[in-house]
Amino acid sequence: MLLKGKAWKFGNDIDTDVIIPARYLNTSDPAELAKHCMEDADPGFSARIQPGDIIVAGKNFGCGSSREHAPIAIKAAGIACVIAPTFARIFYRNAFNIGLPICESAEAAGDIDAGNEVTVDLKTGIITNLTKNKTYRATPVPPFMQQIITAGGLINYVAERVKNHV
Amino acid sequence: MAMTITEKILAAHAGKDHVAPGELLNVKIDLALGNDITAPVAIREFEKIGVSGVFDREKIALIPDHFVPNKDIKSAEQAKQMKDFAIKHDLALYFEVGRMGIEHCLLPEQGLVGPGDLVIGADSHTCTYGALGAFSTGIGSTDLAAAMALGETWLKVPESVKFIYEGTLPPWVGGKDLILHTIGRIGVDGALYRAMEFTGPAIESLSMDGRFTMCNMAVEAGAKNGIIAPDETTRAYVEGRSRRLYQFYASDEEAKYAAVYRYDVSRLEPQVAFPHLPENVRSVSAAGHITIDQAVIGSCTNGRLADLREAAGVLKDRKVHKNVRLIIFPGTQEIYRQALKEGLIETFIDAGAAVSTPTCGPCLGGHMGILAKGERAVATTNRNFTGRMGHPESEVYLSGPAVAAASAILGRIAHPQEVK
Ligand code: SF4
Repeated sequence: MLLKGKAWKFGNDIDTDVIIPARYLNTSDPAELAKHCMEDADPGFSARIQPGDIIVAGKNFGCGSSREHAPIAIKAAGIACVIAPTFARIFYRNAFNIGLPICESAEAAGDIDAGNEVTVDLKTGIITNLTKNKTYRATPVPPFMQQIITAGGLINYVAERVKNHV
Repeated sequence: MAMTITEKILAAHAGKDHVAPGELLNVKIDLALGNDITAPVAIREFEKIGVSGVFDREKIALIPDHFVPNKDIKSAEQAKQMKDFAIKHDLALYFEVGRMGIEHCLLPEQGLVGPGDLVIGADSHTCTYGALGAFSTGIGSTDLAAAMALGETWLKVPESVKFIYEGTLPPWVGGKDLILHTIGRIGVDGALYRAMEFTGPAIESLSMDGRFTMCNMAVEAGAKNGIIAPDETTRAYVEGRSRRLYQFYASDEEAKYAAVYRYDVSRLEPQVAFPHLPENVRSVSAAGHITIDQAVIGSCTNGRLADLREAAGVLKDRKVHKNVRLIIFPGTQEIYRQALKEGLIETFIDAGAAVSTPTCGPCLGGHMGILAKGERAVATTNRNFTGRMGHPESEVYLSGPAVAAASAILGRIAHPQEVK
């Protein structure tokens, strides 16, 4: 699948409290969470983005809490993909589980500027910066996690397994 | 083949003799945990799997602690979803308000996690139980849903990093200072995807409560788990408490580590992490003049009995500064009761502190002590991210209980020795 969108830049160590503050965690409704996505880092962020846009951030994106509300908020806000040099491990897992594409690439994260037009080929892991006419390569996703993606998230994957065993 | 303690526990739960870092495993779990924020999402996903029930009604713990006693109608609805699920599936480990505690204080106290266990929880501080020599790690709600259905989960074997703490801990320096010091050195992603193994003479002499504090904050260095090999201190804690058979594991002499760090802690001072990252650590004497509006003592990091005793030791016969709110949260009802018996609660009230029923409360900016714009708090919690305790323009400084208590008295961040 080829994703295409405009890049929005964030710094290092963007934590889950910034992605979705706890004051909004009295609901898990994706549409409600989406409204407050990245609010404490960039107020009004979710109102300004276009569906399909891409977050490009620094190292250790998604550190902190295990709240799945964080990737849910990003996905529901319309962000197609997050690119960063590294992700915090629970966020990494959660993103795959709920079907939010993420790419690990220090090169892409460092070189892409805010507003650049970017495409991401999830199959090959090739990220293209159309504005700068450059390509970068994301760290390949382990085969097991590819199965989760192909199944459409962990729950579908598990449901499939349960069905075949019973 | 030599293995670390983490590798051994993972191997045992995957039914293998040997595992190595990087290997993907399907592991059986001894306990799965959810709370009033993460469980509702997990329940929604669980319903989609198509199983008739949970894998084991005695191995799923659902604990309302974040927004309880319910802070508003929406929170009440979330807590109710969890309670309804617990009733429907007849779960043995659901704890109602009045009998609950902050999850990571409650489960060890009740003997529900023990040495050698493999525990996953939809809460990042699930890594706390590594203090007992268990493998425990945080996961998300969808992972919890799958685990509740299957009784297993997939994990990648992490590389281990060894931390050796040499020397004897000075007065007023404890587990919180050791872990803050460590995070200050290696950074908030210094142990990303890895296991942090804490060893050395200073760890051996540390109380169980101090060990829980250290393992609790492993995730603040990005780690998958924190772990301490069980010893006689561990045995004394789990004996008569553990509700399951437990097993002591230890790392082999020749086990491989991705890195080894060695710290001499004999001259370590109490540590303080400045906003807005737990890695912004300074010694308390280098903090400068930082006035505070609030001090918070409690949470899954420092809400245990040893923490309350330490705070009471500083607050005894003294008063909280006129410009400061001191809020104290015992971690569980049992800790609360014991603190009452020992006269600690009376000391707190005499000093002018507010004492709360167990809850996560202000730790995550939930309720019971939210900061206004521009306000500053010193807290014994584990995160000082932007907006963590309230307004995005408020500030949180992390410390141990003694520094928080001394700061509450003096109205500024202070060393306990400064309290006259
Ligand atoms: S006390 Fe704070 S860190 Fe611990 S579980 Fe509750 S919210 Fe999380």
